[in-house]
Parts: sequence; structure tokens; C-alpha cells
Amino acid sequence: MSALDVGGAEFAERAAAMTARLAELAAAHAEALAGGGPKYVNRHRARGKLPARERIELLLDPDTPFLELSPLAGWGSDYTTGASLVTGIGVVEGTECVVTANDPTVRGGSSNPWTLKKALRANEVAFANRLPVVSLVESGGADLPSQKDIFIPGGALFRDLTRLSAAGIPTVAVVFGNSTAGGAYIPGMSDHVIMVKERAKVFLGGPPLVKMATGEDSDDESLGGADMHARVSGLADHFALDEPDALRIARRVVARLNVRKAGPGPRPDPAPPLFDPADLLGIVPGDLRTPFDPREVIVRIADGSEFDEFKPLYGPSLATGWAEVHGYPVGILANAQGVLFSAESQKAAQFIQLANQRDIPLLFLHNTTGYMVGRQYEQGGIIKHGAMMINAVSNSRVPHISVLMGASYGAGHYGMCGRAFEPRFLFSWPSAKSAVMGPSQLAGVLSIVARQSAAARGLPYDEEADAGLRAAVEQQIEAESLPMFLSGRLYDDGVIDPRDTRTVLGLCLSAVHGAPVEGARGGFGVFRM
Amino acid sequence: MGTPIGSVLVANRGEIARRVFRTCRELGIATVAVHSDADAAAAHVAEADAAVRLPGSAPAETYLRADLLVAAARSAGADAVHPGYGFLSESADFARAVADAGLVWIGPPAAAVEAMGSKTRAKELMAAAGVPVFAALDPAAVTPADLPVLVKAAAGGGGRGMRVVHEQAALEGELAAARAEAAAAFGNGEVFVEPYVEGARHVEVQLLADAHGTVWVLGERDCSLQRRHQKVIEETPAPGLAAALRTELHEAAVRAARTIGYRGAGTAEFLVSADGRPYFLEMNTRLQVEHPVTECVTGLDLVAWQIRIAEGAALPPGPPVPRGHAVEARLCAEDPARAWQPQPGDLRLLDIPGVDAEFAVPPGREAGLRLDSGVTGGERIGVHYDPMLAKLVAWAPTRAEAVRRLAHALERARLHGPVTNRDLLVRALRHPDFGAARLDTGFFARHAADLGLVASAGGGDADDERLAALAAALADAAARTGAPGAPVPVQLGGWRNVPSQPQLKTFRAEPDGRTYAVGYRLDRDGGLTAEGHDGVRLVSAAADRVVLEAAGVRRTYRVAAYPERTFVDWPSGSAAFTVLPRFPDPEQSAAPGSLRAPMPGTVVRTAGFAAGDRVEAGQPLLWLEAMKMEHVIAAPAAGTLLELTAEVGRQVELGAVLAVVKEEREGTAP
Repeated sequence: MSALDVGGAEFAERAAAMTARLAELAAAHAEALAGGGPKYVNRHRARGKLPARERIELLLDPDTPFLELSPLAGWGSDYTTGASLVTGIGVVEGTECVVTANDPTVRGGSSNPWTLKKALRANEVAFANRLPVVSLVESGGADLPSQKDIFIPGGALFRDLTRLSAAGIPTVAVVFGNSTAGGAYIPGMSDHVIMVKERAKVFLGGPPLVKMATGEDSDDESLGGADMHARVSGLADHFALDEPDALRIARRVVARLNVRKAGPGPRPDPAPPLFDPADLLGIVPGDLRTPFDPREVIVRIADGSEFDEFKPLYGPSLATGWAEVHGYPVGILANAQGVLFSAESQKAAQFIQLANQRDIPLLFLHNTTGYMVGRQYEQGGIIKHGAMMINAVSNSRVPHISVLMGASYGAGHYGMCGRAFEPRFLFSWPSAKSAVMGPSQLAGVLSIVARQSAAARGLPYDEEADAGLRAAVEQQIEAESLPMFLSGRLYDDGVIDPRDTRTVLGLCLSAVHGAPVEGARGGFGVFRM
Repeated sequence: MGTPIGSVLVANRGEIARRVFRTCRELGIATVAVHSDADAAAAHVAEADAAVRLPGSAPAETYLRADLLVAAARSAGADAVHPGYGFLSESADFARAVADAGLVWIGPPAAAVEAMGSKTRAKELMAAAGVPVFAALDPAAVTPADLPVLVKAAAGGGGRGMRVVHEQAALEGELAAARAEAAAAFGNGEVFVEPYVEGARHVEVQLLADAHGTVWVLGERDCSLQRRHQKVIEETPAPGLAAALRTELHEAAVRAARTIGYRGAGTAEFLVSADGRPYFLEMNTRLQVEHPVTECVTGLDLVAWQIRIAEGAALPPGPPVPRGHAVEARLCAEDPARAWQPQPGDLRLLDIPGVDAEFAVPPGREAGLRLDSGVTGGERIGVHYDPMLAKLVAWAPTRAEAVRRLAHALERARLHGPVTNRDLLVRALRHPDFGAARLDTGFFARHAADLGLVASAGGGDADDERLAALAAALADAAARTGAPGAPVPVQLGGWRNVPSQPQLKTFRAEPDGRTYAVGYRLDRDGGLTAEGHDGVRLVSAAADRVVLEAAGVRRTYRVAAYPERTFVDWPSGSAAFTVLPRFPDPEQSAAPGSLRAPMPGTVVRTAGFAAGDRVEAGQPLLWLEAMKMEHVIAAPAAGTLLELTAEVGRQVELGAVLAVVKEEREGTAP
């Protein structure tokens, strides 16, 4: 079943490379955890307030997981890693919820463009998987210098909340502090609202603005205090004495939501894999040009390491087959030799249709350099066949989950259900890379084009400049293909430790079963034959 | 030879009722239990062939009602009554009522009971028979030279109504208090005064006499370890007793029995002063609580002999030769560190490993562990009766072995429920002075610090307790993740892709109140990282069993979580924890100014306030009686009395809300 030599030099070398990348990932996560830094965290605590993650920890059931989403949002940008917001999926009173919490230690919890993207992504996750949303609110509103990038698109936040509500997906807002102006619509649009005594501040306009607008003298409490909203305006449904009390009430609210999952439950007592998931550290080569057998990954994440392959002899560069993960059935598509040919594309299209007929979620394990190019393949209809696969992926209605293990280049990224194809969840391993093509290929293509252009104009070609350009382009593309960079731009839901893959998939599969799992019966675009 | 007995009613409850039933079954005699309402689900009721309800729960309404007991015997078809110990076991009137009803009384003749019933009269009889006694002092003539003296109830027992007086000035008050207590407890306020001997041992002689003139001496017991004049640890033979003194005690006991025409099982109690002089205290005309130690070394079934003697049988000419040494410990639901306060509550589990026999001599030839228990686990320990849960007896060829085995078994016992005196028993048994048989009635007072009798000194080893709290937290995690039908995320436990803080759980050790904040994380392989527990490795964790390796030593912690408490037991100790809530108690925040009972007790009086009344800060609202003391419950602040739930005579449990006072804030109209 497994040919991996965990005692060998190759394994050790690959594991060492992965371990080094995990260390970089941990450092990036530490930036997100640090929030606004010790000074602001201490000041926040001194006010008797809990940091965002402590609020979440108190909200969650003891000894249950929290799958943080987009933890690296804003990485590599001018904004603090994490984008002053924590989002994720956790269990509250036995109910899986999307939890969001502003981090008030980062510029008062104000929203920048990455915060907005991250919040909208959390709403998408809630909507697609029918998960209740619990928002732990304390935000100074828009980060004014970047208002141009958030004001207009930011309305979607409020639209989402009420659409969730309309769809019967409960929304709960717990207001710990500022939630003013536009932010006031977060409690305003939520089904259930809890406010903390003498802390919550929810109004459209504060005392100075009111003074300017109408000349009226007022104060924070009378305009937007928890007591006022609980007794007078009715915006608060619950009056909490302090932060822990607010979280206690939030838990009681969730306990009474009567949420039942729409999808089928998993098979009970699934067998763990026969092979140690710790070995997943040493599978992906440091150099992605070397292919690896994705079955070595599958036997370390599938229940009982069982994988029933579909068409193993046809289109062998893509492995397809059936398995279960934590008791949930999945159809797996995994790149075996990087390149996708016509046969692989057709096999994938057929397999995706089968999964839709059977209502089985799909798991895409990426390690592809893209669709094959060259005269023979173009003439063989590689475009038609690639289009079939992309058609099938685009119109498939079973839940999709993508994991970028290695390369995810070109249209192969699309065919394997890249971010634009709206997989319910997409996670990357630290070894992943994604771009229109590999850095050296891209640099080489640029060089060839430049050389041809020079030749066409009869100009001499500067070989030295070419070498410099190639190196610079290669370096830039390399940097922009790396998972932390892509994660920073919200092109995945997070970078995970390969050893956690089965756990992450279990959490994702459990979440996706919050919504009905119903495949497309027909309903695909025209398959060009 | 009288008529054979066919059916015995035991006019008692708990372990002694179960003890008598056990012998009845062995002899082929039917059994009848009686029970108060509080005891309706008790083990002794379930085990009897038939049971008769005595309506009510207070002893005066139930187990002390001779008329109801006789009627119960008749209606259930019993032809004999065994009184057990305590309650009416030394009531001559009851003995007579039983006989008058045509039932067999399994005990001494009523006249003998009567002769010994009054301690003052018994002393006169004994003195006349040449048995050494303390001269009773005239309470009015006590001088400072006589001090210290002991005030005792003439009709007393079990330490009630007994008071030591060290100062002349206190005498009058103590006499009055003792009279009141004796009147309440025994219906007879007569008290007497005798010299109090410090550093004396309590030694008693077990007798068995038949109606044919045979009186056996079945050795003596040392019962010096006492609290509040009640025995806690007893053993036979009395260690280190000079042969001449032993003979003197045995002979005096036989003389006492013969003087009053005694029949059945009885005990002559003596005080032996530090210089070895014996003084007769009293004769107990019944089976003693501590009779099992004598049974273990003699191999006799004393209850069987009580029944046979009641049937008219004759004892063989000589008693058996005793073998080895037996020690008994009384396990009680009480907190020794808090003035021995009784601890009511749900007893969830009583599991003592290595017990060889229950209510009977262990089957081994020379050693064994015997349990006489009134409870089996699963019952509520109430406030109406004695807090004794069980007696555990170890019997071995030598005293040292018996003591070692008893301490070992107590230490490993799994006791899930109210606080018990278990730790005290283990420490006492292992105390060097106990090992050296330096015994006297002041033992607990003298070694209070060593024995953990001072609350601040705390029991147990805090490091052990810290590990136990960790085990409790990990067992809780295992229970949650492994719960049948748990959804996938719950099965995955406290996993984080971006770990920020450990799982936090807080436990309060009971009854000492130390709190342990446990912070831990389990990695993807189940490896443990726990704050303040460097070098502790998790070997395995299940809901009921956690194996930890600390400093290279592996130990198994057995964990049982109940709604009110979590108990952790390991081979060398145990801990009881309250799991502190993660969130503030909404009830407490909802009703500030609630006055709660500081201990279980009875409301004896109220100040006459009603809901709506204005009260001043510190103004007494009601008085609670618990453990013979009155506690004032006063208003914490000036304000309005919102609620007064307490009524006179009501039994309240620890923490029960007695009253709610709404504090009046300045500037707020009432």
C-alpha cells in the first residue's frame, strides 16, 4: 500500500525541508497572534477586556477544535498579519459555528481592505455550509486612510448578515465595545444581540457628531450604551454584566438555535489510517519538478487507508477514486505525475459526474504543472478535454475541498478546482506553489518573447540584461507563488501543517454537511466532444 | 431451652441492622427491617425479607418509638427483637415492652439493663461488688482542687451530654448545658460529676453470659482514640497492658456481670490512668459498635450467640483462644479539620479493595479484612443520623501487620461523596505514637497538627493534588472527545491550527479549598504539554482512567466525574474536586444579598422579620443550630428583606439560601 521509505535519506531530506517551512509558517502565525503587540494588548487587558482569541476560547465548548480561517490575511502587506480580525469554525454548545472576533489591539479593531476580504470570506463559509455566525464585535469601524478600498464594497458585510438571516442561518452579535456608525448595523442586522454593560457602544453618530448635526448635548451611554439598548431602544436582546457573562449568554443563545445539519451524518467509528500521518512531512520533494505519488498522501488521510481507485490504468497522471475521511465519503482527484493530458481530463470529467450522481463530496489534491502543451496534444484536443474538466468542476454541485500539496500552475489550478472555482474550503501545505506557470518557465517565456521582439526589429539582444531580467522575474514569481503570500491575499483559507490534513478535512467535511449534499443531475455546460 | 426464634425484627438501621441480618440468614432466621422515611431506600431495608415503615425521619418519631417497633414486629410476624446499639438498645422499658408483647428480647434481662442504665446507680452497685470506681463528686462541692472534672449524663451514651471542665468558673454553665443536652437527647436531664483523668486509656472487656451461669471474658479492647468522647479506632487485644492489670480488668468485669445477673453480650468499660490504675466507667448492656475486632480474634459470631442465648442455649465451658490482633477504624462522613462537622451529601461510591468478608469473620486462618458498612454507595447521607458510613477491620497475626493492612486499605478506598475522616484514620494509624501503642484519649488533641486536624495545615500533598487535578482535566477531555455519538469536530478534541492558549480548567480541592488552574494542550499524537508540569508525560487517557508518568514514575489515576464533584483516586491518595464554572454564576449575580447557610443545620429561631421589612446592617435575622452550636445569620447591609425562606425547625443544607436582603443604596428611595 505504501512504498514510502521513512528511514531513507530522501525522506529525511524532504522532511527537513518541510520542517524549515513549518518554522516560517509558525513565525507568520505568531505575528497574527501578537495582534497589536504587547503595549496594546496590555492596555486592553488593563481595561478588564479579553483579547479576541480569549473571547473565542471562552465561547467554544471545552476540548473542541477551532479551525482558524485566513489567519495570514494581510501577510506581506502594509497591514498587520491577521488583518485585525479572527475568523474560524468552532463548536458552541455542540453546534458548529462560524465565529468572528475583531482584534481591538490592532488599531482599535478597525477594518482595512484585508479585514473586509476576510470577513466576507467568513460569511461565504457560513452561507455555503449553513453554519450559524457568532460575531464578537469591538471595532473602531473603517480604517480611514484606506476607506476608498472598503467603503463601497464593505456594504456587502451587512447585506450578507441579513441574507444569512433570510436563508434561516442564525446570526448572533456580541458587542464588547465600539460598534458605531456603519458598525452599528452588525448588531442591527443580526438575529440575536448581546451587549456588555458599560462597554458596548452602538450608535450611528457619537456625541460630537450629534452636537454638530443638531446641537443636542448627549453622551455615549444615552446614545448607545448596553443598558439603553436593552431597556429603551430594544436593539440589545440581552444585557451582559461583563465579558464572560456575555459569552455565557451567547452560548445559551446558540444552544437554543435548534440548528440541525441538513447533510447526512458520517459513518460511526471510522478506522484511522494504517500509516502514520506524521510521515506526510517527508513526501513532497523540495524541488517540485520531481513528482511524488499522491497515494502516499491518501493512505495517510483516508479511513483505514482504503482507497478504491477509478480507472487506475487510464490517464494515470491523475489518480481518482473513492475513500472515506472521518466517516464521510469522498471522491478524490490527485495529480500523480504533474501534467494533465487529454485522458486525465476526460477521466476527471467522468469522475466528477459520477460523484454528482452519488452525492459524494470531492477532494482535490493538487500537484499539477498544468495541461500538456505541444503539437501532438493540441492536435489531440487538449483544449477540448481540459475544457471538459473545467466545465465539470465549475458546474458540479457537490461540495469541493482543495488541498494544494505542491504545484498548482496554469489552467491545471482551475481544472483541479482552484480558488476561483469556489471550493468550499481550500488549504495549502507550506510546500505549495501557485502561479500561471513555474517561475523559470515564466522567465524563459518572457526572455524568448523579448528575444523575438528584438530580432523582429533587427536589434541586437543584450544577453547580460536578459540574464538579469530572467533572474529578477524568476525571483519575483517565486515569491508570489508561495503559500504565505497567496494566503495573505486570501487565495486560500490557510496554510496547514501536512500532518493536520486529516483533521482539517474532518472539520471541513463536517462543516460542508451543514448544508444538503446534492450533486448536479445534468446541469453541466455543453461538453465539447 | 426456649422456643427457637423464627423471625427477627431489628429495631435499628444501617450497618448494625445489616450485621444482624447477615447472621440471621446464616442461622435460617427470617428478617424484618424498620425504616424511617429518610431510610426508605437504605441497604438494610432492601436486604431484609420484610420492612415496616416508621413515618417521619427524626429518631424521636421513628427508631425511638417503642410502641411502633413492637407493633411492627407483630404485624410483620417477627417473634424476636434485636435492638442493635444506640437508639433503644439500652432501654429497659423497651426490653419490657418487647417481652410483654410476647416477643423474645435479644439482649440482657430488663432488670440488668435497668441496673446499668443509670450510671450513678451502676457505680454504686459496682463499688459494692468491689469493682474500682471513681467517686462521684457532688456538683455543688467541686473545688478547684478537684479540677479537671467530667460532667456526664446519667442516662447518656455516645459522648453526648459529656463535658470536661477545667475551670471552676465554667462549671455552672457546663452543668446547665449538659443537663439541657442530656434532657434533649435521652429524655433525662440527670448529670453527675467525676474526676477527669488526663492521659488515660479507654479499655473495655467483652463479656458473653448465658442463662446457666457461664460468663465468658472474650478479651479486652483498647478504644482510646476518641473524638468528642466517641471512639474512632479500636483494637484487641489492648496493646502493652500489664498481665496483672489485664487479669484485674477481666475479673472485675465478670464480677460486674454476676452482680446484676447479666445475660447475653455486654461490655464493661474502664478508664486506665497513666499510672495503670483502672476505674470502672459503665457497663454497656448491648452489642458494641466495635464488636467485630473481638469476633475476628475469637472466630465467634457474637450476634449468633446473642440469639442462641436468647433462645436459652448454654455456652460451652470455656471461650476459644484468641488468635492474632484486630484493629477497627470507623469511617465517618465528617470533616475532622472543621470540628468534625458531619457532612451530608450523596454517597456515589464506596469501594474498598481487598475486603475478604462483610459482617463476618474473614475466612482466612489468621488474617483478613472485614467490612461492616451501613451503606453500599448510591445513597444520600442525611443529617438525621450518625455520620458513620462503615467500619473496616483488619485482622493479622501481629498488631503491626493489622495496622499496616488497615491503613493500606483505607488509603486505597474509593470514597465518592461527602468529605470523610479517611485521611485522618490513615495518618493516625501510621503515626509513630500509634505504632508504639502510646495511646490515650488525648491522642487526637495532642497530635492535631500531624494528623491534619487544623484546617489551615491542609490535608494531602499539594503536588499530588496538582497531578490529580491534571488527571481530572485530561479525563474530562477524554470523556468529551470519546462520548458515544460525538460529532466529528468534538471527537477531534481541542485541536488548533493556530494555537493561542491552552485548554483551561479550574478545580477546587475539597474540603481544603485550594484551587488548581490546569492549562494543557494535547498535540496531534496525544502528547501532553501542561503548564507547570514539565516532565509529565501522558501515557493514556480515558474518561475513567488517566496514566501519567512524572519524574520517570508511572501512576494510574482513576477518575469519576459526578455532577457535583470529580473524584480522583490513585494508589497513595485521593482527591475530591469541584469543577469551577467557566462563567460567573448567574444566580449569584441575579440575587445579590443572598444569605446562605454556612453549614448544615436546623433553623431554631427567627427575629420575626417578614419579607418587605427594613433591616439594618448586622441585625440578626435568624439563628441556625448546627453541631450543638448556634450561628447567627445577620443582615449584611441595611436594606429591605426581600425573602425569608427559613422557617423555625427547618433543616437546611450547606449553602441553602436562608434570606435575601436588598441593599439600600445611598440616595435611592426604599
